[in-house]
Amino acid sequence: MRNALIDELTMLAEADPRVVLIVNDVGFSVVEGFQARHTDRFINAGVAEANMIGMAAGLALTGHRVFVYAIAPFTTYRVIEQIRLDLCRSRLPVTLVGLGGGFTYGQLGTTHHATEDIAMLRALPNMQVLAPCDAFEARSLMPHLGTGDGPVYLRLEKAGEIAVHASKPDVAPGRGVRVRWGADVTLVACGTMVQVALAAAERLASQGVDAGVISAVSIKPLDSVLLDELRARPVVTVEEHSVIGGLGGALAEAAADAGAPAPRLRIGVPDRYAEVGGDQAYLRSLMGLTPEGIAERVASVFERAA
Amino acid sequence: MTALEAMVSLEERARLVRRYALEATARTRASHVGSALSAADLLVAIYFAAMRDAVDGPLGDHCILSKGHAAVALYAVLRQRDLISEGDLDHFYENGSRLAGHPEPGVPGVVFGSGSLGHGLSVANGLALGKRLAGSEGHTWVVMSDGECEEGSTWEAAMFAARHELARVTAVIDRNGMQGMGDTDAVMALEPLAEKWHAFGWRTVEVDGHDLAAICAVVRPSADVCGPPTAVIARTVKGRGVSFMEGDNDWHYRSANPGELARALADLEPGVA
Repeated sequence: MRNALIDELTMLAEADPRVVLIVNDVGFSVVEGFQARHTDRFINAGVAEANMIGMAAGLALTGHRVFVYAIAPFTTYRVIEQIRLDLCRSRLPVTLVGLGGGFTYGQLGTTHHATEDIAMLRALPNMQVLAPCDAFEARSLMPHLGTGDGPVYLRLEKAGEIAVHASKPDVAPGRGVRVRWGADVTLVACGTMVQVALAAAERLASQGVDAGVISAVSIKPLDSVLLDELRARPVVTVEEHSVIGGLGGALAEAAADAGAPAPRLRIGVPDRYAEVGGDQAYLRSLMGLTPEGIAERVASVFERAA
Repeated sequence: MTALEAMVSLEERARLVRRYALEATARTRASHVGSALSAADLLVAIYFAAMRDAVDGPLGDHCILSKGHAAVALYAVLRQRDLISEGDLDHFYENGSRLAGHPEPGVPGVVFGSGSLGHGLSVANGLALGKRLAGSEGHTWVVMSDGECEEGSTWEAAMFAARHELARVTAVIDRNGMQGMGDTDAVMALEPLAEKWHAFGWRTVEVDGHDLAAICAVVRPSADVCGPPTAVIARTVKGRGVSFMEGDNDWHYRSANPGELARALADLEPGVA
């Protein structure tokens, strides 16, 4: 996803002289191509994120199409007030690219885990929150970045994830995509948890549960199709994010407002820190975010219901 | 600016700004009149002597009042620039008014909303970079409070502006020596403030922040595209222009009662009372 985004951005900058890329002293072996081709429109803002976001706002006020590229905690938690006042309040179309969503950088410790970022940014007026599951989805979103009426938080993970799609799907703000049909239950996931949800669906199939999967790439605005899904069959949300305020929270709120059945389960990071290091696979396992863990919880709901 | 507007002296403009700040805060019991009186001359010099009518639009000249708590002074200036109406001024601080206690974006003439300290200079950096990328000669001024120099983000922005040689950024620091709860020196080690800005790579000048001619001389737009940005340390008096408010930090939060307002206005315009 990460490399796909920078490829797309480098091409976009050829066609659109307003494109500016800002990093906070990261991007080794990723951003150099952009930097070499568009030297004056590549800015290393240094380890100074408050200035980075304010500066991005100023550039946007002069009509530039600004992309900020940083590890997720440092372009969300670190600068939440700058995002609120400098970007959201003025409806500036700046794209915040957060790398390392969830436990992507698990071994680096809690400082580098991004598991409450969606909740924080989703609460801000005028902000969109998008979490693609693979490079094809990320590429599909490009035309929607920096062209709307407000900022976008694009939550990525890193490079080398398995592709869910075979080509660019028709996803956009407010529109996700079904990646597996299932009659009994639908797993609504975002980011690379879509892959994990697909694997969980396979396991469930072997247990006689027909589970579908939707990639909910647009967490804000939320895809209204998800409300239809809630009315059609049980829904379980799956995300590498706190169970508070993320995809599951968003869908539960929307269900309450619409009088639709609530998601049957919200599977995510429990309300606690990892408190240990470990790679993404280890920390997912610790938090129950594996195909086995998800399948087990989903199956238990059906057993109780039966 | 029309020819008629140009005929009004800067001193008279500053007096009108102070008059509005006093009346509006007294009427609404809003805070920060002392801060507005402190910054009045700085805003008048920038808006009426430095900013150029012909260099306008998104890539033109901009001023950010980063010390947004002096909003009443800014509103009075925007009125004199005919960007907002007398009716707007009349409804300052009222329910539903677009003129709030701190400037909101969307008020004509407010390029960037402020009110939380330590934001304006970073936004000015982006404005200046954007103008330079687009080949514009637009200059960007930021009026900051001295207390604002306690924000870490101020120094992030200072380092960035110097590294990128944003010659067309001028930070004007309203150095009245007071902040919400007391003297700045009693709260944080701000001094030596000019040396700090200098050490951060800024061209630094100190000026009497109530001498309009002196201020005008140091806030001119830069002819240089690249070079050190300019920090103007403006020595000011909080509550300036009203004898019983000058140097009395109560007026950071207090507003004048009717008797005090009458005395303050008499102070402001001797001979008129």
